[in-house]
Amino acid sequence: MLKPRSWPLWLIFLIVVTVPILIGYVWLLLSSFNDRVHGLTPAGDWGLSNWRFLWENVGRRPSIWTVMLNTLLFAGGVSVTVVIVSAMAAYAVSRLSFPGRSWFLGLILVLHAFPAVSLLIASYYVLVVLGLFDSLLGVILVMTSFMMPLGIWLLKGFFDSLSWEMEMAALVDGASRWRIFWRIAMPLVSPGLFAVGIFTFLVAWGEFILPYTFIVSGRTWTFSIYLNSMIGDFEMADYGLLGAVGLFYMLPAVAVFFFGQRYLLTMYSGGSKG
Amino acid sequence: MTEPVHKGVSVSLQGLAKNFGQVEALKPLDLDIRSGELVAFLGPSGCGKTTTLLLIAGIYKASAGGIRFDGAPVNDLHPSKRDIGMVFQSYALYPHLSLFENIAFPLRLRRVPRDQLKARVSKAAEQLQIGEVLHRRPGQVSGGQQQRAALARALVKEPRMLLLDEPLSNLDAQVRLQARSEIRRLQQELGITSILVTHDQAEALAMADRIAVFRAGELLQFAPPEDLYRSPADAFVAQFVGNPPMNLFHGSVSGGVFRADGLETAVPASWPEGPGSLGIRPEDIRIVPSAHEATVSTMLQVMEPLGRDYLLNCAMEEGFVQALTADRADASVGDTIHLRFAPDKLQLFAEDGRRIEP
Repeated sequence: MLKPRSWPLWLIFLIVVTVPILIGYVWLLLSSFNDRVHGLTPAGDWGLSNWRFLWENVGRRPSIWTVMLNTLLFAGGVSVTVVIVSAMAAYAVSRLSFPGRSWFLGLILVLHAFPAVSLLIASYYVLVVLGLFDSLLGVILVMTSFMMPLGIWLLKGFFDSLSWEMEMAALVDGASRWRIFWRIAMPLVSPGLFAVGIFTFLVAWGEFILPYTFIVSGRTWTFSIYLNSMIGDFEMADYGLLGAVGLFYMLPAVAVFFFGQRYLLTMYSGGSKG
Repeated sequence: MTEPVHKGVSVSLQGLAKNFGQVEALKPLDLDIRSGELVAFLGPSGCGKTTTLLLIAGIYKASAGGIRFDGAPVNDLHPSKRDIGMVFQSYALYPHLSLFENIAFPLRLRRVPRDQLKARVSKAAEQLQIGEVLHRRPGQVSGGQQQRAALARALVKEPRMLLLDEPLSNLDAQVRLQARSEIRRLQQELGITSILVTHDQAEALAMADRIAVFRAGELLQFAPPEDLYRSPADAFVAQFVGNPPMNLFHGSVSGGVFRADGLETAVPASWPEGPGSLGIRPEDIRIVPSAHEATVSTMLQVMEPLGRDYLLNCAMEEGFVQALTADRADASVGDTIHLRFAPDKLQLFAEDGRRIEP
């Protein structure tokens, strides 16, 4: 353990290492409200012109509000689906014995470690065959399947910590397995459900490669595609605009993190007791 | 509330056995439990007593043998259809529900109408004196109240049998004694057939009509408390039941005399010659003034005053002997004292642990 009196030294060290990141955010903030920025020094006029994307379409891109709605649908859809499906899977893995259970558990671990990018082409074919290419639903399904292994493992830990006796009591009281799952087990692992839900939402909110690969038309763009379209197009990158959009993109994620951090903490500390 | 409300079921186990893979958790077991009786399953942990209880509850499926309630086989009956109430060691209350909702849970699953449900929950809560805390959650009430709530939840269905799995072992000593007599009173009032799983021999002796002693998945003896205490079928039962436990000395019988290290006593002529263990309860030993009347002379190592009696711990060449006596004859620690075993209370156990009938 660190002795209390060595804390100030460590604090200074941590602040020094954090400064570059902080400078990044300061630059983002300054450049979004100014025409031109030299380093950290504003060189142009203050104004909201970089934020014009809020009330008009920039270039040939879709409205930011469509993009916002798409991203919310995408992240929310992934989050809800991952929570519900992996909760059922985690309960089964934690509580029921079925053939191939340990094999299944091992497989989940392997899948979790598997780089999703290497499955892009296979996923593309699956989506095309299903007629879900270039649709939000299609990307939601792909993203969900990539996020599920983690969700199952985390929630299995939460279900494992529930007492068997409670389940036996419910069984004797006349509850079916399905009912025990919904009425007893699910409420008791709700901190875990929130944690997995919020975590998945945040990851999906920031996800780029899947939407970028599987979505083509502007009406289904998500934020990360929108941002990407602003750099490396045929036009020169407008850094002021880029900064403003970036900040706007961050806001929901920051809000979700702010309200959800106490659930995220339970995710790392494992189980729950009522 | 004085006449029995529920008719208790009679239970018959025939060759009931349970294996977990290669592990033989319960060897084939035959046991008959009468209607309205409280039977204790007693034994150390891992002896098969809880396994037997869960088999009766239907939570485990039997590997072999049958279970009958009132003569009808129930092997394939779902736990909820067996009409049983169950209380667990951890109480297994649902932490996210109030005590009221906990007790109401089995009734809600049975779709009992709202007004009836309320009346039945209130009645069960009254019986167990937790009416005032019904709105609280399990985490907000004492261990004793949780235990009562668990009992109320088990009884609210008006089951034909009550299964209690170590229901008292998480309680403080004082509350435990109170809960003991309360459960017994309630059980007799309701006339409900009950099985109590416990590792505490005092609890079993105090509460049960009959006690089944288990060891290593095997039923050793099934008898009323007095018989179990006076004539244990086995050296294990002899030492497990009773506190302080029975003294056992390994030695051998020859010519009507039992000899062990430092110990010599005349025994009934009917006892077979050869090696065995001599058993004597601590309360059947007293201090005598001279060596020639004594069974054994030994040094007093520890003396515990228990109020009315003294518990004397004396060193033997191998192990020790414990005596429980009201008259310590002015002996003090370090003295050599002379102990006499009451000749009519001696018991002999064969090499395999079986008691030899006098």
